[in-house]
Amino acid sequence: MDAGGPVTAVGDAFVYLNDPFNWTRPGGILDLLVQHLRISALAVLLAAVLAVPTGVLLGRSGRGAGALVVLSNVSRAVPTLALLTVLAVTPLGFSETGTVLALAAFAVPPMLTNTYVGFREVDRDVREAARAMGMSRGQMLTRVEFPLASPLVATGVRTAAVQVVATATLAALVGGGGLGRIINLGFGQQDHGEILAGAVLVAALALLTELLLVLASTAVTPGPRRWPLRPVRAARAGRPEPTSSGVPL
Amino acid sequence: MASLGALSATSDPGTPVLAADEAPNPWFDPSYVTDNWDTIVGHLGQHVRLTVGAVLLGTLVALPLALLARRTRLLAGPVLGLSSVVYTIPSLALFAFLAPFTGALSPVTVLVGLTVYTLVILVRNFLAGLQGVPDDVREAARGMGYGPARLFLRVDLPLALPAFMAGLRIATVSTVALVTVGVITGNGGLGQLIIGGLNANFYRAEIVTGAVGCVLLAVVADVLLAGLQRLFTPWTRAAR
Repeated sequence: MDAGGPVTAVGDAFVYLNDPFNWTRPGGILDLLVQHLRISALAVLLAAVLAVPTGVLLGRSGRGAGALVVLSNVSRAVPTLALLTVLAVTPLGFSETGTVLALAAFAVPPMLTNTYVGFREVDRDVREAARAMGMSRGQMLTRVEFPLASPLVATGVRTAAVQVVATATLAALVGGGGLGRIINLGFGQQDHGEILAGAVLVAALALLTELLLVLASTAVTPGPRRWPLRPVRAARAGRPEPTSSGVPL
Repeated sequence: MASLGALSATSDPGTPVLAADEAPNPWFDPSYVTDNWDTIVGHLGQHVRLTVGAVLLGTLVALPLALLARRTRLLAGPVLGLSSVVYTIPSLALFAFLAPFTGALSPVTVLVGLTVYTLVILVRNFLAGLQGVPDDVREAARGMGYGPARLFLRVDLPLALPAFMAGLRIATVSTVALVTVGVITGNGGLGQLIIGGLNANFYRAEIVTGAVGCVLLAVVADVLLAGLQRLFTPWTRAAR
């Protein structure tokens, strides 16, 4: 409208993305991308360190399902933007630490619930057979339970990682860095071309992360390969979305 | 008093020099809420309007899509695949994609974006609910002479209602949280308070009022929908 309609905006976005200076200058796309990925990686790592061992402990004992459902629902109700802003006005201030902590907090529930379900669903008979073969608790964990639970653990980590990469965009709204800054600047200047260019970059990064992690998790999952990119089978279609992690509890 | 405070501050090198640095910045301030009641209610109204609008529009689009997807297996795959791709796109990017078409400062941008996200959740849950209706029951109803409309209203809808309501509850709670991102267009409901407080020299009371308001709204909406579900499915209570 004020910037000349959608067609001009698409052209402007193309020009913006085609300008090498926009990529390589200090604070340009490459710098923001590196920052985006660093924040995301730290958040996922922190969340995994907290969530996966807890999920293993709870899943093996089979306790805490109710608490996990509550945690999952609460994390859905709290806006990411709210937590980012609240952490920015604590003594942490506008730092990457605040962003990492906020993103990690939202990455914990999907990892925790998936790990929990993965370990809880290990067949009792398989556990007993392993014990009868003389395996210690440690051996059972690493050789029996973990391989069986690993597809769900991987799903949890992947869901959380994609979500973190996506929500790291919001850090720009509270003065943080990352690729969201391009969108934020574009809105600030009412520059539709820049807005669209930022949207393309952020969406591409999120989709690429999802694709890479799907391939990676399939590759590291033991057992017969179930390649995820094959057409959806009728039996798998229409799975509901019961918790934020996408796993029914 | 103020000059005394400033004097003592300058004499002590450990404390901040500026008087503004010593201004109290409480996490919650009842007087902020009472003084700015009209502003808060205004933003709350927009928050509710955007949420209700997005969930209603999403339902209107998702129901036919789910019915179509149930009819043909061929369509179920693409519909679900596309919906998970859409869910991967960050909300800020989705609003940014829409902005050149619907206006960068328009609430329509937020409404359309939120509707797209509710669609993803609703289509999935609606389809799961419809697929959960036993074929025998539908067969029997058709044998009794039920037409398509009556079959849907009297057989499919009651049996799929728990799944439908679960989808609506998740979509509503997620939407309440996502509305805050609309602040990028200046239409973020209570998100305006969160970012407004940040821009007003990190005024904590305003930020926390916005954040707590969002969570409370989500809880109220969820409880209301849970109540509706109980009301509409009396047979599930009788079974207990």
